[in-house]
Amino acid sequence: MSGARASSGMWRVARAIVWRSLHTYVRRPDLFIPSLVFPLVFLASFAGGLSALGSAPGFRFPAGYTAFQFVFVLLQSAMFGGLFTGFTIAFDFESGFARRLMLAAGDRRGIVAGYMLVALTRAAITLTVVTAVALAAGMRITGDGVDVFGLYGLATLLVLVGYGWAAGVAFRFRSIQAGPLMQTPVFLILFLAPVYVPLALLRGWIHTVASVNPATAFLSAGRGLISGAHDHTGLAFACAIVLILVFAAWSFAGLRAAERSP
Amino acid sequence: MSGALPAQVGALARRSMLKTLRQPFQVFPIVFFPAMLLAVNASGLQAATHLPGFPTRSYISFAIAVAFIQGGMFSLINTGTNLAEDIEDGFFHRLALTPLRRVSLIGGLLLGVAVLGALQSAIYILIGLIAGAHLATGIAGALVVIVLGSLAATAFGAFGCVAALRTGSSEAVQGLFPLFFVFIFLSSSNLPRNLLRTGWFHTVATWNPISYLIEGLRSLFIAGWDPTALARGFAVAIGLLIVGLVLVAGALRTRMQRT
Repeated sequence: MSGARASSGMWRVARAIVWRSLHTYVRRPDLFIPSLVFPLVFLASFAGGLSALGSAPGFRFPAGYTAFQFVFVLLQSAMFGGLFTGFTIAFDFESGFARRLMLAAGDRRGIVAGYMLVALTRAAITLTVVTAVALAAGMRITGDGVDVFGLYGLATLLVLVGYGWAAGVAFRFRSIQAGPLMQTPVFLILFLAPVYVPLALLRGWIHTVASVNPATAFLSAGRGLISGAHDHTGLAFACAIVLILVFAAWSFAGLRAAERSP
Repeated sequence: MSGALPAQVGALARRSMLKTLRQPFQVFPIVFFPAMLLAVNASGLQAATHLPGFPTRSYISFAIAVAFIQGGMFSLINTGTNLAEDIEDGFFHRLALTPLRRVSLIGGLLLGVAVLGALQSAIYILIGLIAGAHLATGIAGALVVIVLGSLAATAFGAFGCVAALRTGSSEAVQGLFPLFFVFIFLSSSNLPRNLLRTGWFHTVATWNPISYLIEGLRSLFIAGWDPTALARGFAVAIGLLIVGLVLVAGALRTRMQRT
């Protein structure tokens, strides 16, 4: 089989998966409503409920507390957009669909690529809604157009990070029971970063942990981009790209494990 | 048959407790998630204690109350999931064919939830004290916290039963988890209401009964004996339990007719 034909086979499989998953997504409110409601609740709770923290001694953020929290919610939604697609893979294995798909797919790399496109599409919907709500709530953006483009570029990379991790778990366990294994590490890493106040205002063990946590670089970079005061931008993009490469290897190895399983 | 009622309730309460305790996937989140969120929030939000009007210098003493409500939410999901599984696998229908009284069916389940609620409340107090929280009302306050925590867990458990009886699906009950969790987020869980400066959020938190439940528990840790906060906390817990039981009675009647 020539390289071009293999590539065409891969994308045919990917397109079929995207169509099916998005068709299911829009027809099942129980799937898409939680993925939209959760980020909005976080945004309301953190940006609305904790706005007084914006006047805590030592807190300085030019774009205001809503923008400060928006970046956390945006990047968290991006990573969870990838994670939720891992749930879809696990569910497809439980229902037997993924098994049939593996038998039918000419090039099984298309399975990984297809679900990746599903993750990106779903995340695009969530990020659009979250952004629209934040802007309607009066969020200020003091960065320029290039900065905002960079922020959404970073969010896109984090969709791939979340997806790569969750897909690897889903291919290995092939059961929705592995859901906590997909979610808990990501949840922990995100919340062990400076979520509510900048790193400088954290004290004790959480400051130590946050200082070496890659999620801190993502948040600092995102907040720097939205406010126009760049902070660890290069480090954040480098960390994201390294994680994508690591988790791509992890998810393809997972696919091989699924192929070998009885 | 009246003499058999306590025996029936006791047997079903024991089964309800064991069913939860034997499943690590149900026990683990009850302890792990509230403890983890407490640790993260207590460190991350310590800066809030420097805001003028914040009632204490120890954020962990302020935040520990939220753990009891999170535990209550897990009671809701676990109770609902267990009952829904009983409906799915036919155990509930077989019970309904026996001379067992209807009140025993739910009474036993909720008694088990109440005992587990007291147990998890005691664990949260212990975790909080180890982590540095201060219980202003001492041992007597700890007992009141356990009673209020258990009452809240039972009230939430009743709502879990309603969801299970209405849907008959454990998956549907689990899907409701985020919906119930929203009530915690939109309350005075992270800051006192006098520091909620966003107008609409302050209004929502003031109307949200969960705020008063949290504030009742919180008062015992940071303020000492505050009759108003405690009365509101108990009123909300008892009110939720009554509403839950009324809804359970209706849902049970419908489910039995289907059976």
